[in-house]
Amino acid sequence: MSTVMKIENLEAKIGDKKILKGLNLELEAGKVHAIMGPNGAGKSTLSKTIVGHYDVEVLGGDITYKGKSIVDMDAEERALEGIFLSFQHPVEIPGVNNAYFLRTALNAKRKHEGKEALNAAEFLRLMKSHLEMLGMKSDMISRSLNEGFSGGEKKRNEILQMLILEPEVIILDEIDSGLDIDALRAVSEGINKMKDGKRTFLVITHYSRILDYIEPDYIHVLKDGKVIKTAGPELVAQLEEHGYDAIEEE
Amino acid sequence: MANEGLDKAVSGEYALGFEIDIETEIVPPGLDENTIKFISNKKEEPEWMLELRLKALKKWETMTEPHWAKLDYTPIDYQSISYYAAPKEQLDSLDEVDPKILEAYEKLGISLEEQKQLAGVKVAVDAVIDSVSVKTTYSAELEKHGVIFCSISEAIRDYPELIKKYMFSVVPMADNYFAALNSAVFTDGTFVYIPKGVRCPMELSTYFRINATNTGQFERTLIVADEGSYVSYNEGCSAPTRDEHQLHAAVVELIILKDAEIKYSTIQNWYPGDENGKGGIYNFVTKRAICEGDNSKVSWTQVETGSAITWKYPSCILKGDNSVGEFYSVAVTTLAQQADTGTKMIHIGKNTKSTIISKGISAMKGQNTYRGLVKINASAVGARNYSECDSLLIGSKCGAHTFPYLESKDTQGQVEHEATTSKISDEQLFYLRQRGITEEDAVSMIVHGFCKQVFSQLPMEYAVEAKALLELTLEGSVG
Repeated sequence: MSTVMKIENLEAKIGDKKILKGLNLELEAGKVHAIMGPNGAGKSTLSKTIVGHYDVEVLGGDITYKGKSIVDMDAEERALEGIFLSFQHPVEIPGVNNAYFLRTALNAKRKHEGKEALNAAEFLRLMKSHLEMLGMKSDMISRSLNEGFSGGEKKRNEILQMLILEPEVIILDEIDSGLDIDALRAVSEGINKMKDGKRTFLVITHYSRILDYIEPDYIHVLKDGKVIKTAGPELVAQLEEHGYDAIEEE
Repeated sequence: MANEGLDKAVSGEYALGFEIDIETEIVPPGLDENTIKFISNKKEEPEWMLELRLKALKKWETMTEPHWAKLDYTPIDYQSISYYAAPKEQLDSLDEVDPKILEAYEKLGISLEEQKQLAGVKVAVDAVIDSVSVKTTYSAELEKHGVIFCSISEAIRDYPELIKKYMFSVVPMADNYFAALNSAVFTDGTFVYIPKGVRCPMELSTYFRINATNTGQFERTLIVADEGSYVSYNEGCSAPTRDEHQLHAAVVELIILKDAEIKYSTIQNWYPGDENGKGGIYNFVTKRAICEGDNSKVSWTQVETGSAITWKYPSCILKGDNSVGEFYSVAVTTLAQQADTGTKMIHIGKNTKSTIISKGISAMKGQNTYRGLVKINASAVGARNYSECDSLLIGSKCGAHTFPYLESKDTQGQVEHEATTSKISDEQLFYLRQRGITEEDAVSMIVHGFCKQVFSQLPMEYAVEAKALLELTLEGSVG
């Protein structure tokens, strides 16, 4: 197996509160990893730490991505290197045109990769093709980024960004929260489209619902700032039946 | 992390701080009757104009400098300023403009050569350096439509009836301290007259440049839109980087007759001084429009990025029934800049309507104040106003203040006011950075989004310029 990301003995705090307490996790390239765990286990902190969020202070341990340590990298650099976070609560940015934002992001990435920038017309074609697939209206092109979007629209827009930016490691933080069944289907379809055996997914969830749509290869159980169990997808059924308390640390 | 970054990203370099290397004729500092006579004589003005100037001087001498604005600055010594400076070679033919001046204007992004512009959108330009207009383009072509577009000095000589009728009619000579000073010493500026029923065939613009040291610039602009006419007018300005403060006290009067419309846009980019408040232009400006006739309309759009001190309240007197006044403003204060700006909407006619959209952006030690008055007279039955004043703070050392005043004598008038103050949040910045956008680009994206409503009011070419200018101004204040 080839490892795309390795987290070793990671300790991190937010404010004065230590949340990650020696977390170990290995992500196998091209696989879907689900992180499950009770509220307060540190699931969101883990995703924030990977993308370099300003709230988090790393106290010890390391995260290596494609063999390089990333804990001292700027957030934008991690993004350009291919790490993507689908936010649980995407923030509204008034007046910033959604298409303009996305084209700027895509062209920043293309520049980083030594590729030529896409012009407005080329980009629009690309964006439109994805909009349709996600069941999004064409006014998403001109609306302001996340402003006044419904919960479902916000999540679809996150997936749209993922499809356009084509990242290598994709973190989905509670992607299914607040979605109705149609939105859930559309979002899952978008995600499954990206499953090409090369991209790696880290699906953070405390419900198993999304896992019916995106079949995980591995389940990692997170509790009190540590991964306490890693198993195959069969673990989902067990968790549903017995809850997290029944899981013993390995 | 965000704050240090922000500061770095909003302390952009002033790009237009060069000096034009030309010989200048400049009068010694000081202001008295002789100064006025000298200016009037230089301009070859008729006797009646000189008399008006002297009257204004007398009034000014009895007035005191106002200090009600939220501005803090070293007192201005009016006797230490030189009131007239002009490029030495006075040229008769417009084709003989000093190549250095043409070059300087090219550097400012403005072409004074008509043939060079033919490929793109035509914009007629009046170029004013210090106290004189050096060139006005397209005058001949405009004349075919009956449009008068010339320097105010020429207008005083060539169109005395129009000047006598309209000058001082909107901003009376002793309206306020700075207007009175301007009325006495104004040196150049632009005059525009659009005849009945004419839609001005091109954008008109004036570009003001302060160049000489130790001088003030006192221009006067007068635009008359006769019945059923339309004009879009733009002004821009810049000045060299200097350690001492320079005074700019202008007056703009707009007269809009029945069914006519004036769209007036300003991109103000005077030298702002440095981060310690050293140098920079003191900008004390009186701008006022009167919607004299029924169904007339005026809109002021301003993008204010320059000056150490800005004191400016473009106003609309809505006298005609159904007349409409609009004010769209973006004011940026970074470094140690201070701005006290806003508008006055005076509703007199029936069913008059006004809209105020003000966007203040403060960064570093910048202080930004919105001050606005909406006044609805008893006669203004059915008047409506909508005001929106939003402030955006970048970093924690800057300030934003809002002083909206409302006087309504019509109980049925509809007045809506909304105000917000927001900070560029770390969360917004992070979101954009997580998509691979640098912090600087993220700030400029958020700021542009904030200003969108105002930029969309500018003519296309100017909107592009305004965006670029904003980017440059805020460059380096985040990082």
